[in-house]
Amino acid sequence: MTVLQKKADNPIAHLSADDIEEIGRRLDEIRAEVIEARGASDAAYIRKVINVQRKLELSSRAVLLLSLFPPAWLIGTAGLSVAKILENMEIGHNVMHGQWDWMRDQKIHSTTWEWDHASPSDQWKHSHNELHHTYTNVVGKDNDLGYGIMRVDEDQRWYPLYLAQPLWNFINAMFFEYGIAAYDLELGKNLASKESRRDPEFKARAKQVFKKIRGQMTKDYVVHPLLSGPSALHTLAANFTANIVRNVWAHSVIMCGHFPEGVETFERKSIDGETRGEWYLRQMLGSANISGGRAMHIMTGNLSYQIEHHLFPDLPSNRYQEIAPKVRAIFDEYGLKYTTGPLPKQVGSAWAKVVRLSLPNDFAKKLTSRLGVRRLALSAG
Amino acid sequence: MTTFVPDQSPRATPRGRLRERVWQLAAAATHPRDPADYLDMFRPLRSGADLRARVVDVRPETADAVTVVLRPGGAWRGHQPGQYVRIGIEVDGVRLWRSYSLTSAPENGLLTITAKAVPDGVVSAHLAQELRPGQLVHLDQAVGDFVLPDPAPTKVLFVTGGSGITPVMGMLRAGLDRLKDVVLVHSEACADDVIFGSELRRFAEDGRLRLVEQHTDTHGRLDVAALAELVPDLAERETWACGPAGLLDALEEQWADPELLHTERFRTALAEPGDGGTVRFTAAGVTLEADGATPILEAGEDAGVLMPSGCRMGICFSCVLPLREGSVRDLRSGEVTTAAPGDGVLIQTCISAAAGSCDIDL
Ligand SMILES: Cc1cc2nc3c(=O)[nH]c(=O)nc-3n(C[C@H](O)[C@H](O)[C@H](O)COP(=O)(O)OP(=O)(O)OC[C@H]3O[C@@H](n4cnc5c(N)ncnc54)[C@H](O)[C@@H]3O)c2cc1C
Ligand code: FES
Repeated sequence: MTVLQKKADNPIAHLSADDIEEIGRRLDEIRAEVIEARGASDAAYIRKVINVQRKLELSSRAVLLLSLFPPAWLIGTAGLSVAKILENMEIGHNVMHGQWDWMRDQKIHSTTWEWDHASPSDQWKHSHNELHHTYTNVVGKDNDLGYGIMRVDEDQRWYPLYLAQPLWNFINAMFFEYGIAAYDLELGKNLASKESRRDPEFKARAKQVFKKIRGQMTKDYVVHPLLSGPSALHTLAANFTANIVRNVWAHSVIMCGHFPEGVETFERKSIDGETRGEWYLRQMLGSANISGGRAMHIMTGNLSYQIEHHLFPDLPSNRYQEIAPKVRAIFDEYGLKYTTGPLPKQVGSAWAKVVRLSLPNDFAKKLTSRLGVRRLALSAG
Repeated sequence: MTTFVPDQSPRATPRGRLRERVWQLAAAATHPRDPADYLDMFRPLRSGADLRARVVDVRPETADAVTVVLRPGGAWRGHQPGQYVRIGIEVDGVRLWRSYSLTSAPENGLLTITAKAVPDGVVSAHLAQELRPGQLVHLDQAVGDFVLPDPAPTKVLFVTGGSGITPVMGMLRAGLDRLKDVVLVHSEACADDVIFGSELRRFAEDGRLRLVEQHTDTHGRLDVAALAELVPDLAERETWACGPAGLLDALEEQWADPELLHTERFRTALAEPGDGGTVRFTAAGVTLEADGATPILEAGEDAGVLMPSGCRMGICFSCVLPLREGSVRDLRSGEVTTAAPGDGVLIQTCISAAAGSCDIDL
C-alpha cells in the first residue's frame, strides 16, 4: 500500500501483516453468518420493495395524466422521482450486484434485470461490478473516482482544464445516467482514435446504448405525455424533472461513498499481489457511510452503508444495517477510521474536495505566501 | 394429452392485431420492464402470465403423505393421466423445483399432487408443514409418457410401491371405467401407510379392479417371483410400474416381453462418485469447486447461477448445456465425457458431476 505508506499520517502503519489477515478472517466470518441466515424474510423484503415501487410508479404516472393541475403535477412528480430512485438504488443496483441471485427467481436475478436507466445493465455491470468494485479508489483504474474527467486526489497531476471541474461535476450530477452510460461505454477512450471508433465491438455496444436511451426517451418524453392528452407538456416536464431529481440524488449518494475527506485513494502499484485481507482493508478505507434513518437507507439503496456494501457487495442490502455495528467494532479495535456523517455534511465535504482539487496543490497556501513575499519586498523597497 | 389444433395465429384476426398493438404500446410505456411484470401484481393467474397455481387445500393423506390441491392459472394446458408436473416452491426464500405425479382426473379444473415425506427432504417437508392455502406456487406444463394408450389394452397390471401409487391413482381416477380388467399390486410397509388406501379398497369392493396389497412389514418384499404367484396371467398383461428402484430394476431385468412393461422412476440409480473438480460457467463468470457426487446443476444453483432444469433425474434433457472444455462424469453410469477446447459436447447437468476441471457454456 505504497500510496498510504508514503503519507505522513499513514493510517495503517500500526497494523502488522497478521493483523490485516485477522481483519480479513473476521470479515469473512460476518459474511458467512449472513449467508447462513438469509432466507424467507429477506426474500419477502425485496419482493415488497419491488411491489411498492411498481405501485408507486403506476399511481404516480396515473396522477400525472392530469398534470395540468398543479397539485397533480407536484404529487405525481414527487411520486415518480421516488419510484425512479427506488428502482435504481435499492432494487436495480442491488439486484445487478447479484444480491438476490440466491433466491433462484429469474425475475429478480442479476443476469436478467434491466433497469430504468440510460446505461444497459450488461455494460453497467461490467464497469461497476468488475472494475469499480475490484479497483475501488485505485487512481487511474477506478473510473468511479471522478469518472475519468475529474481530479480527485493530490497525487493526480493538475491541468488547467481541471479549473472547470466543479462545473463538470454539476452537469454530471444533472445528467448522471448519461454520464454513466458514456463511461460504461468508455466513450472518452473509444472516441479518441479512429481505430477504436471503428471497432465492431465498440459499435455494437454503442448501438445497444442508443437503443436503450431511445426506449427510455420514448417512454418518458413521448408515450406518457401523449397518453396525458391536454396535459402532455406538463407530463413531459414532470418526467424530465423526475429524471433530474433521480440523477442528482444518485450522484450525491455516490459522491458520498468515495469522495468525502477521510477516504483514502490508492496507487495502481499498491494493489499488485494484494491478499484478501489487504483487499478488505482497501474497501474499508476507500468508502464512507451516510448516517440517517430507515428512509434514508432505503432511498440510498443502502449505499448509506457504503463501507459494508464494498466489503460484501453481494450480500442482500437489507442486511447491511444489521452487520454495521460488527464491522464498526473491527474498525475501532484496529484503530481504523470509520468515515460516516449525515448526508448534507458528506455532500458538502465531497464538493469541497472537488473545488479544492480543481486548483493546483497548495494553491491557496502558495498564493498567500507569494503575496506575502511581495508585500515584504515592497516594504523593503 | 390435450391436443392442439394449431389455432389461427392470433395476429391474423383483427382482434389479435389490436391486442398486439395495445401490448406494444404498453411495453413502450413500461420500458425496459415487461408490462406483464405490472399485471402480475394484480392478476398472477391470468392466461397470458407465466404458469402459476394457487394452493386451494393441503390435507394429510397418511401419517407421512399430504395431498395438495392447486388451481392452475389460465395458461394451464391440461394433462393426461399418469403425467407429472414440475412445481417451483419457495423454501426459505429459495425457489426449488421438484416433480410430482398428478393424482387428479384432468377434467375438474383443479389439480392434485400427493407427496410422501422423504427423510431430510426439503420440499416434501415444506409441502407437509409450511404450505398454506392461498399461497402461489410456480408450475410447468404436464409432461411424461407414463400414460395409457388409447384405446387401453383389455388386460392391465399396475405394480406400485410407496409413493409410486401416485401416477397410477391419476389413471384410475380418470379412466377406470375405460379399463375392463385391472389388477393393482401395491407394496407398502403396512395397511395404514397405504396412500389412497380407503379409495383403492372401495374400488376393489365395487369390483372395478382387483387389489393386491403386499404389506412388507408382514409379507416381506415384493419380488418378481412373488408377483408371478399373485398374478398368474402376468404375461398377458400390459404393465405399468412405479416404485422403489430395486423393484423396477428387477422387473425390467426379468420381464418376459419388455415391450409390455412401462416404468416411471422418481429417482435415479447412481454409480460410485469420482473426484470432483472446478466448474466454470463461462458466460455467467462463476467459478466453483464441486465434489464428485454433486450434479453440476445443483452446484450451479447453489452459487446463484440461473440453471435450466426439468426432471432433475436425467430424462427430460431440459438441463442440457455445452461442455466447452474439461471432463464430467455421468452420475448414473460413472462414464466420463471429455471435451477438447472448442468442442461443445452437450451434457445433462442434472446427472453430471465435475471430473477434474470443466468449462460450461452458460
Ligand atoms: C417424474 C417424477 C415424479 C414424481 N412424483 C412424485 C409423487 O407423485 N409423489 C412424491 O412424493 N414424490 C414424487 N417424486 C419425487 C419428488 O420429485 C422429490 O424427489 C421428493 O419429494 C423429494 O424431494 P425433497 O426436496 O423432499 O428431497 P431432497 O431434499 O431433494 O432430498 C433429500 C434426501 O432424500 C433423497 N431422496 C430424494 N428423492 C427421493 C425419493 N423419491 N425417495 C427417497 N429418497 C429420496 C435424496 O437423495 C436426499 O438424500 C417424483 C419424481 C419424479 C422424477
Ligand atoms: S433436468 Fe431433466 S434431464 Fe436434466
